[in-house]
Amino acid sequence: MFYRETGQFKQSYAADQAVFPILQDRIGLAIILLVAFVVVPLFGNEFLLASVMVPFLILSLGAIGINILVGYTGLLSLGSAAFMGVGAYSAYKLSTIFPGVNILVWILCSGFFAAGVGVLFGLPSLRIKGFYLAVATLAAQFFLQWCFVRISWLYNDNPSGAIEVPARTLFGIAITGPSATPVTRYLVVLAIVVVMTLLASNIVHGRIGRTWMAVRDMDIAAQLMGIRLLPAKLLAFAVSSFYCGVSGALMVFLWLGAAEPSAFDIKLSFLLLFMVIIGGLGSMIGSFFGAALIHILPIVIRMLPEALGLPIAAATVEHLTYLIVGGLIIFFLIVEPHGLARLWQIAKQKLRVWPFPY
Amino acid sequence: MNAASETLLSVDGVSLSFGGVKAITDVSFDIRKGEIRAIIGPNGAGKTSMLNVVNGFYHPQHGRITYKGKTRPRMRPYQAASQGIARTFQNVALFRGMTTLDNIMVGRTLKMHRGLFWQMLRYGPAMREEIEHRRVVEDIIDFLQIESIRKTPVGKLPYGLQKRVELGRALAMEPELLLLDEPMAGMNIEEKEDMCRYILDLNKHFGTTIALIEHDMGVVMDLSDRVVVLEYGHKIADGTPEVVKADPKVIEAYLGVGH
Repeated sequence: MFYRETGQFKQSYAADQAVFPILQDRIGLAIILLVAFVVVPLFGNEFLLASVMVPFLILSLGAIGINILVGYTGLLSLGSAAFMGVGAYSAYKLSTIFPGVNILVWILCSGFFAAGVGVLFGLPSLRIKGFYLAVATLAAQFFLQWCFVRISWLYNDNPSGAIEVPARTLFGIAITGPSATPVTRYLVVLAIVVVMTLLASNIVHGRIGRTWMAVRDMDIAAQLMGIRLLPAKLLAFAVSSFYCGVSGALMVFLWLGAAEPSAFDIKLSFLLLFMVIIGGLGSMIGSFFGAALIHILPIVIRMLPEALGLPIAAATVEHLTYLIVGGLIIFFLIVEPHGLARLWQIAKQKLRVWPFPY
Repeated sequence: MNAASETLLSVDGVSLSFGGVKAITDVSFDIRKGEIRAIIGPNGAGKTSMLNVVNGFYHPQHGRITYKGKTRPRMRPYQAASQGIARTFQNVALFRGMTTLDNIMVGRTLKMHRGLFWQMLRYGPAMREEIEHRRVVEDIIDFLQIESIRKTPVGKLPYGLQKRVELGRALAMEPELLLLDEPMAGMNIEEKEDMCRYILDLNKHFGTTIALIEHDMGVVMDLSDRVVVLEYGHKIADGTPEVVKADPKVIEAYLGVGH
């Protein structure tokens, strides 16, 4: 009744080729952006901003990066945490070597370093496919993590072996370091994530996105259309690693504040891969759903007993959280193996004919 | 149509083997501009391998391929595509996760040039390009009468329509030489008639040269200007349908030797 596109006639191909061709979708997006930019910072407490929203957005950005590679181009990768590490370490090095330049510039630049490394480790993808490629990218994961531990130049010979974020400002307001408030950090992360998501969405809706999906669905036919596999795959690696790199830099600079090499271990790679699989391969919104399910849901479940006044011990709550989240993941994958994004699509489809589905 | 027209593609003494298996042995034939050329033969005769050689998936050990006056020992898929050779597959090879529209849009890839920067913005030149090519794709959709399935993911389409979308995707490349690998396999009579009409229309109105592999002899004899017959990787006959039909070797290959 409310979500119905009847009467919205497209007068031009431009209107039909738009990323959001349906009016209700555009309104919904505007509302979400309004809530994210105005309502959340105004009414959210410190916990919501610093421990829920900032990590959620950063993980979503990482998931988008992996989705470009795994979901859109069909190249299975387990090296994403390492590429995030490359972003984090290069942002750290750049910001300590050139402290005068704005930190946001370096966070975005760090993406290029990650992209370069990603392309290098993406070279085997021309010959190897599927699970074998996943194993090949595992090399990136182990090698790069080894670099983060052994090459002391990367962490400025810090005796603790960790990178610590220097305090930096934007227009005189602290955005990194201990003095930065959660609200400013949240807004900076949000702005970056929103812009980069829109750009990624534009890419996957255009020629390059179609090229990637063609390679994913049928690489022989893609070659026949004149798509050269190596450049197409390497571009996917580059863009994907760029997103991972920026997300890694944001993770250290605006979320954790400091990071050891173990922050970028294989667990993070798996976590992000699971987000993408559960959220929906080949879907932008799926990346957000996946990050929400894996990051926000456990927090909500942990808070539930207290909010409901149930007398359950903290340790029990922790165990229950694992059980419930695990169960839900299996439930969602059985209900819709194509991820939450597909469920969302089906729901929208149902909504179009509701309440008269005949 | 006219026998005097120039040669578009010629294959000279091509031999292809996989290890010890000889798929094609010393086969030569040519395709003239504007004709419909059929390649027939029993199963395993090397017909599909021949098409794969022409568009560069297989690299023959011997022989030369001359296309548009340029002789090469072998083609590369990118070369073939950029020189205007398009192809459909025996087993439909569509991009299953994408819509009909996107599938056909992929066919325009080589004609689109805007790089990552404009693609990212999806504005200005990139959008203009997108719309310009959408217009061409819509013409193809009109031609093939698949307007109603424009936004349907191709994985959900019935087989006959998938074949049609695949033809559309090949057409989007504006090919000079169109290779069709069993375009009518598994279709019912009506679908076959539709497909024949599209092939003839293409050939007559757009002057597209067509090479097709087909098992339905009625279709082959009606459609094609010339037929080449392969058996066990050897060429056993070449000529107009009437000549080929009467060739004792062809009859033997299809029906066996009377003992």
